[in-house]
Amino acid sequence: MVPTDLRYTNDHEWVRVVGDEATIGITAYAADQLGDIVFVDLPDVGRSVEQSAAFGVVESVKAVSDLFAPVSGEVTETNPDLGRNPELVNSDPYGAGWMVRVRLGDAAQLDALLDPDAYDALIAAG
Amino acid sequence: MPYGPHTADDRERMLGALGLTSVDQLFEDIPVALRASRLDLPDPEPELELAARLTGLAARNRTDLASFLGAGVYRHWSPPAVDQLLLRGEWYTAYTPYQPEVSQGTLQSIYEYESLLAELVDLDVVSASHYDGATATAEAALMTCRATRRERVLISRGVHPHYRETTRTYFEGGLDLEEIPLVADGEAAGTTDLAALERMLAEPGRPVAGVIAAQPDFCGLLEPMPEIGRLAHAAGALFVAVVEPVSLAVLAPPGAYGADIAAGEGQPLGIAPQYGGPYLGILAATDALVRQIPGRLVGLTSDLDGKRAFVMTMRAREQDIRRDKAASNICTNQALLALAAAIYLATVGPHGLRDVAALGAARAAELEAALAAVGVDRLHRGPYLNEFVIRVPAARAVHRRLLDAGVLAGLVLADAEPDDPSLAEGLLVCATEVTTSDEIARFARAIGAILGAPVAEVAR
Amino acid sequence: MSVTGERLQPTIFELGRHGRGGGKIPHPPADALERIPADARRAVPAALPELNEADVVRHYVNLSQLNYAVDTGFYPLGSCTMKFNPKLNEWAARLPGFADLHPLAPDEVAQGTLQLLWELERALAEISGMRAVTLQPAAGAQGELTGILMIRAHHRARGEGARDEVLVPDSSHGTNPATASMAGYRTITIPSAADGGVDIDAFRAALGPRTAAVMITNPSTLGLFEARIGELLEAVHAAGALAYMDGANLNAILGHFKPGEAGFDVMHFNVHKTFSTPHGGGGPGAGPVGVGDTLLPYLPEPRVLRGDDGSFHLERTGERSTSIGRLRSFVGNTGVLIRAYAYIRAHGASGLREVSDDAVLAANYLKHRLSGTYDIPYDRACKHEFVASAATIKKQTGVRTLDIAKRLIDYGYHPPTIYFPLIVDEGMLIEPTETESVETLDAFADALIAIAAETTTTPELVTGAPHSAPVRRLDEATAARQPNLRWRPMSGAETPCPD
Repeated sequence: MVPTDLRYTNDHEWVRVVGDEATIGITAYAADQLGDIVFVDLPDVGRSVEQSAAFGVVESVKAVSDLFAPVSGEVTETNPDLGRNPELVNSDPYGAGWMVRVRLGDAAQLDALLDPDAYDALIAAG
Repeated sequence: MPYGPHTADDRERMLGALGLTSVDQLFEDIPVALRASRLDLPDPEPELELAARLTGLAARNRTDLASFLGAGVYRHWSPPAVDQLLLRGEWYTAYTPYQPEVSQGTLQSIYEYESLLAELVDLDVVSASHYDGATATAEAALMTCRATRRERVLISRGVHPHYRETTRTYFEGGLDLEEIPLVADGEAAGTTDLAALERMLAEPGRPVAGVIAAQPDFCGLLEPMPEIGRLAHAAGALFVAVVEPVSLAVLAPPGAYGADIAAGEGQPLGIAPQYGGPYLGILAATDALVRQIPGRLVGLTSDLDGKRAFVMTMRAREQDIRRDKAASNICTNQALLALAAAIYLATVGPHGLRDVAALGAARAAELEAALAAVGVDRLHRGPYLNEFVIRVPAARAVHRRLLDAGVLAGLVLADAEPDDPSLAEGLLVCATEVTTSDEIARFARAIGAILGAPVAEVAR
Repeated sequence: MSVTGERLQPTIFELGRHGRGGGKIPHPPADALERIPADARRAVPAALPELNEADVVRHYVNLSQLNYAVDTGFYPLGSCTMKFNPKLNEWAARLPGFADLHPLAPDEVAQGTLQLLWELERALAEISGMRAVTLQPAAGAQGELTGILMIRAHHRARGEGARDEVLVPDSSHGTNPATASMAGYRTITIPSAADGGVDIDAFRAALGPRTAAVMITNPSTLGLFEARIGELLEAVHAAGALAYMDGANLNAILGHFKPGEAGFDVMHFNVHKTFSTPHGGGGPGAGPVGVGDTLLPYLPEPRVLRGDDGSFHLERTGERSTSIGRLRSFVGNTGVLIRAYAYIRAHGASGLREVSDDAVLAANYLKHRLSGTYDIPYDRACKHEFVASAATIKKQTGVRTLDIAKRLIDYGYHPPTIYFPLIVDEGMLIEPTETESVETLDAFADALIAIAAETTTTPELVTGAPHSAPVRRLDEATAARQPNLRWRPMSGAETPCPD
């Protein structure tokens, strides 16, 4: 069962919203599929991301995957620890392995995302 | 079939296991309408006959000339140890080291090559190699665009024309490649025009991603690399140095004058001219640019038991994983040539390499003096290492007559750089450690004799 | 592969000692470099290691023993065509007349090589049913780029530069979409049909006024001949697009199918696959490209031409204004091409056709031996290679294709291609080629069958493999996270030099 305080995308990103601040990462399922994460390519602070559009790349030893934004907004922070310790995405995907923080433009966008049960169902089917 | 093991019995046995009577049954899925017409090729040649015919073909090339031809590919002496080691089947018949447990030979040799070249160019990272100097330069140019997110690259006309043409092909559509002119007169004639470069860098609304210059340049002249680098960086552009590896034993390396990327041709490191290749594309960069480097990288790691081992790394950048997002489609590296270069460097050593470069310089000075003594002078005035341009009226015709006299008098620049009128009477000549005083004397005598008499321009 | 005697080696840097080496190059005059301005001179010498020749030789001989190679054993690598590399070809390429020839030498002193290159172009054109061939591209991937750039030039010349899409099947080699991107195209990936072939209807639906080209491998990367290729090519041309064939699998169809005759506009050859030039541990190769009439004007320059007097020469730069230009320096990887030429002439037409006959027979025989033990997703006559899968084994035992591949090393074999093409779960792509004996094929099949049994009886032997190679599985994650790409003198933190 995935964390209940988050929302999810079909592409296995999660988002945690506190006020107008949205923290984004990838799920344990995605990290498992990719294998040992070796590099995360994130946008610069100040850039805008758009819901469902690619905003970065995550690389493992044998695979690479685009990161798709669950919500639109302006990037306010990127995780400074992922440069030296990309393995945090594997070991703590919902906590220390967070990727970017974004200033949420439109809270209504959250309605388009999957709730924890729906995401659990998605990965059970997959 | 000359190399296959299957006898009629073997084929019968395999067909029998499949319940078939003829191998043609395995090709029935090719629609009749699409089946090939007859293959119209010469009959198979048993090796004895093929060998004789190949010997005859090779003999139709003339390699007995006193050659002063360089222009990107240089005659050097390669110690026989290099080729004898290269002939080991474990080296040349090995596959790409995707299974590192059974490829530690190749992997370690590539890591060593990367490290040896890193010392030579004085930059942090060297790739496992690119196809040749031209494609390495083109990829370096593309790297500057990716790294700066700008679309305009300036390349000096002092860079080898093939490298400029190749970069232009890679840039077609979307990216902007402009040539920096050379100084026309005076002491700096034939080198990159710094004032022009500064103007080009300052053009409003057209930021530059990279500036590319060669050391030595195509005409053999030494370029003001630190100044070019300073101008590039002041404008926020990256600086790419195109270099010749033997010269780096005695000339300042790219890392010493602030280059961000180095590209070049590794052929002079023990690889035979072979009429065009295979050669060795050198590509190196600072740590900051490591993720932008296309192609393979071999790194050091350890295995399950803690033993030191080598592996292709950062592979997610490459085509088989990134596919349409890969920085480059390159699926190979010149592994065997990188091995040859590493063995060459290990065998001649740092002192030997320095002696190769210094001997070339000494012979070139001897050549310059011998030619001047018969009235043939350099076109340019600036310093050179071992290659320079001589001014010869009716250069093409003289070149042809020298050929008849057994001298390959370098390169006719009117052919290589037809757009540069200042080079219309130029011959690009070089000397290396294998050039002899006899050959130099022969060249000087022959050209002196030819120019002593009237010469008609030969129609093309 | 024998497992005794291969010892890990220190690096060349660790073997060097100050003062060793020498005796190779004469000493230059003391003042040789005086005329070089001081600010252009190297201030700090390169820290290259100093070794005597004996140590260099031992180092590289010992390192070579750590390699698996065609000359040591069988490589069942699908899509790579690891056939025997004839030794005559090494001798031929090293003939001084060929090896010492400068690429800018005047045509009249290069007649032997020019003739060989011209004849090779003709032979490749005949084999492929194409009108003309360029030998310039340095590798198959560069050949692909050459082909796509010519296609782009063609569309632009017709005012159809708006075509910005290239279609590829989802089974394609990664170089195909990477090449399309390099040329500025967007790649549209078309899912394969259930039988493993190209889905003609899906292609038809995707073809349109924005399509510049399709890139097809035939036989496909699953080793299956595209029986409906004629229909596909018609649809492509009807949409105003051109058809590129990835020639990686040519070993299956020599003498049986000529892509140019069937309607492909352009294709590349991998001479290090089909025509036996050695892989060299990752290169060099060469990727000649064949074209039909449509793309002939756009071939890279310089072409190798024959005059009326029977002599040969290179095109002059700029002589043919429609050319896409050059893709690299000089004329091509001539040293590699000489080997391919010798191979083709040794075989002749009958020999080449036999190559494909034997390659296809061997692949089908091996597939037959393995069916029943491994899943065979596409169980019909294959061409020179086939896909097997350990999907059922994984479901039953948890052991994966990767583990089985690594365990093959303990049995003395190089693993086959794994996890390619991407569309097969736990896939192994196996290509025996025509130069492996029936005994070798049987022994290899026996090994794979034995390993399948191990997955139920002693799975840890498989998941922990290899046990007998010079090194065991590597820490690739650390290698990518903290790359060490350059030797530095040991600081004490690194793994020490092997004893």
